[in-house]
Amino acid sequence: MARLTILEHREIAENMMWLAFSAPQDLRYTPGQFLHIRVTDGVDHLLRRPISLCYVQGEGGAKSQAIAVAYRVGGKGTELLRKKKVGEELDVLGPLGNGFTLHEGDRHALLVGGGIGVPPMVELAEQLTQQGTKVTSIIGFQSANVAILQEELSRYGEVLVATNDGSLGLQGFVTDYMTEELLATADRFYACGPTPMLRAVQAKMDGKVEGYLSLEERMGCGIGACMACVTSCRMDDGSVGYKKVCKDGPVFSAPKVVFA
Amino acid sequence: MTVRDVDMSVRIGPITMKNPVTTASGCFGFGKEFADFYDLSVLGSITVKATTIEPRLGNPTPRVAETPGGMLNAIGLQNPGVELVIAQELPHLRRYEIPVFVNVAGTTVEDYVDVTKRLMDSEDVDAVEVNISCPNVKCGGIQFGTDPLQAAQVTEAIKRVSRVPVIVKLSPNVTDIVAMAKAVEAAGADAISMINTLVGMSIDLNKRRPLIANGVGGLSGPAVKPVAVRMTYQVAQAVSIPIIGMGGIMTAEDAIEFIMAGATAVAVGTANFVNPLACPEIIEGIRQYCLDHGIASIRDLQGAAWKELA
Ligand SMILES: Cc1cc2nc3c(=O)[nH]c(=O)nc-3n(C[C@H](O)[C@H](O)[C@H](O)COP(=O)(O)O)c2cc1C
Ligand code: FES
Repeated sequence: MARLTILEHREIAENMMWLAFSAPQDLRYTPGQFLHIRVTDGVDHLLRRPISLCYVQGEGGAKSQAIAVAYRVGGKGTELLRKKKVGEELDVLGPLGNGFTLHEGDRHALLVGGGIGVPPMVELAEQLTQQGTKVTSIIGFQSANVAILQEELSRYGEVLVATNDGSLGLQGFVTDYMTEELLATADRFYACGPTPMLRAVQAKMDGKVEGYLSLEERMGCGIGACMACVTSCRMDDGSVGYKKVCKDGPVFSAPKVVFA
Repeated sequence: MTVRDVDMSVRIGPITMKNPVTTASGCFGFGKEFADFYDLSVLGSITVKATTIEPRLGNPTPRVAETPGGMLNAIGLQNPGVELVIAQELPHLRRYEIPVFVNVAGTTVEDYVDVTKRLMDSEDVDAVEVNISCPNVKCGGIQFGTDPLQAAQVTEAIKRVSRVPVIVKLSPNVTDIVAMAKAVEAAGADAISMINTLVGMSIDLNKRRPLIANGVGGLSGPAVKPVAVRMTYQVAQAVSIPIIGMGGIMTAEDAIEFIMAGATAVAVGTANFVNPLACPEIIEGIRQYCLDHGIASIRDLQGAAWKELA
C-alpha cells in the first residue's frame, strides 16, 4: 500500500483515461496484475477500484520510474477519480493478483484485447518483445471514439483492429481475425476483455493454441479475503469449483475457465 | 492526569484479549491474506469466516456492490466445510498466540450442533461465534436471529456441546434487539457480538435489476454505524454479558464510540477491505486516545455514554 503521486492524467478517448503515477518503491510486477485504487479518501466511495497495470516506464523493479493504467469512466467513483490532478496523491494497493505467464521459447504470441481489456496488453507486449517473442495484437472496441492504445501497441508489432460499428478497422469482432492460417503461426495467446469476447476466444483457440484469459469480476477486498470475486474454474481433479479472480487470477490458463 | 501506559486488555467471559480489537467474521478470511501485511499477533483476537458442516459454494456473482458509505454483500457463506477448516485453516493461526473465534452457521439446530461438536475436537478454537442470521429451513426459512425463541433454542443447544465460550452474534433485522439479547443471555450465551449486516438492496438503472445476483444483500460499513451504536447502547444496559460491538468501524474514534456505548470489545469488518492495515491502526489509535485523555484502562470507557459519572 502506498500513496503515489500522479504524474500524468488525461483523456485518451471518450471517457477513457490514462493515469500514470510515480512508481512505488521496490516495484515488483507482472503484466496482467492490477492495482487496487481508492478514488477518494472519505467514506462515500468506500471500495477500491481494480484497474489493470498497463505500462511500467523505466528499467523495471527498483529502477522503475512510473507506472500507468488506463480506465473507463463509468460511474460516480471513476468520475471522482477523473477529477484527480497531476501532483495529487492516490492511495494504491498492489500490484495484486497473478499476471500473465511468459514462455521463453515462444516465437509468436497473439495479444487479444477488448475495450478496457486492452491496457494490460501494452506491458505484456513490451516484455514479450524483450524476450524475443514476436507479437501480433488483435484489439476490439465498440466504435472508433473509444478506441485506445493502438499506437502504443503498434510499437511492438502488427495491430489488427475491429469495431462493432465498423468506424475503425474491420467491422466485427476480434475473433474474425483469427483465421486458421494466423492461428497456425501462433505459439500462445493472451486475452483480456468482456466475457462474451473471452468466451468466443476460448472456443476459437480450443485445441489449437494454448493461452491465458484475464477475467474481471466485481471485487471487495482484492486480496483474497472476502470471496466476492469468484469465478467457475475446472480444478486439478477435474471437478468444477470457484476460484478467486483477485488472488488466483485475474489471469487463468484458458482451458480452466468455465463460462456459465 | 498523565498516564504512561494504557491497560488495553479486556475479558470476554474467561478469555483475555490483550486489546479490545478483533476482526469481523467474513471480512478477514482465515487471516492468511492479512498476514502478508502485518503480524497478526498484534490483534486482540481473530474471528474467522463462517463455517458450516458441509462445504458451501455460496451465491452467484456479482456478490458485492458499493453503496453510499458502505457496501452490500451476499457471499452466501462460501466455505470449505468444517473438516477442511479444522485441518487446513485453523492450525496456522496458533503461532500468533491470540484467541481464535470461529464463526459457525447452519440451516437447522442440528447443523449448528454438529459443527460445534466437530470444532470441539480441535485444539485451535478458543470460542465459537454463532451466526444466527441464517434461515431455519425447518421453520419456513425464518432467520434464527429474528425470533427470540429460536435464537434461544440454538444458543442452548450449542452451549450443551461446547466446552469453549459461546458468543451469539445478533442480527439487526429485528424490531426489538433487546428482547433478542435477553433471550440469548438467558439461554446461556457467554457473550454477544453485534451487529451483523442490515438487509438491503440496490438497483442497476440500466439493467433494471438488483446490483447483486442474490437480489438482497447485507449492508455494512460506515452507513450502518449509527444503527449499530444505538443497538449496542440499548443492549449493554439490558444484559450483563460482554458485548463485541461492530458495524462500520473505520477508525479508533469509531471503536471508542462503541466502547462508550457499552461494548467490551469491538470487531472491524469492511474497513479491512479498504485498508488492510485497518486493525493495527485502530489498535494504536485507541492506545493513543487513552494516552491523550489520561485514561489508564480501556475498561474505564466501557459504557461511559450511559454510566453515572463516578
Ligand atoms: C463480505 C462480508 C462477509 C461477511 N460474512 C460473514 C460471516 O460469514 N459470518 C458473520 O457472522 N458475519 C459476516 N459478515 C458480517 C460482518 O462480520 C459484520 O457483522 C458486518 O459487516 C458489520 O461490520 P462492518 O461494518 O465493520 O463490516 C460479513 C460481512 C461482509 C461485508
Ligand atoms: S475481492 Fe475479496 S476475495 Fe477477491
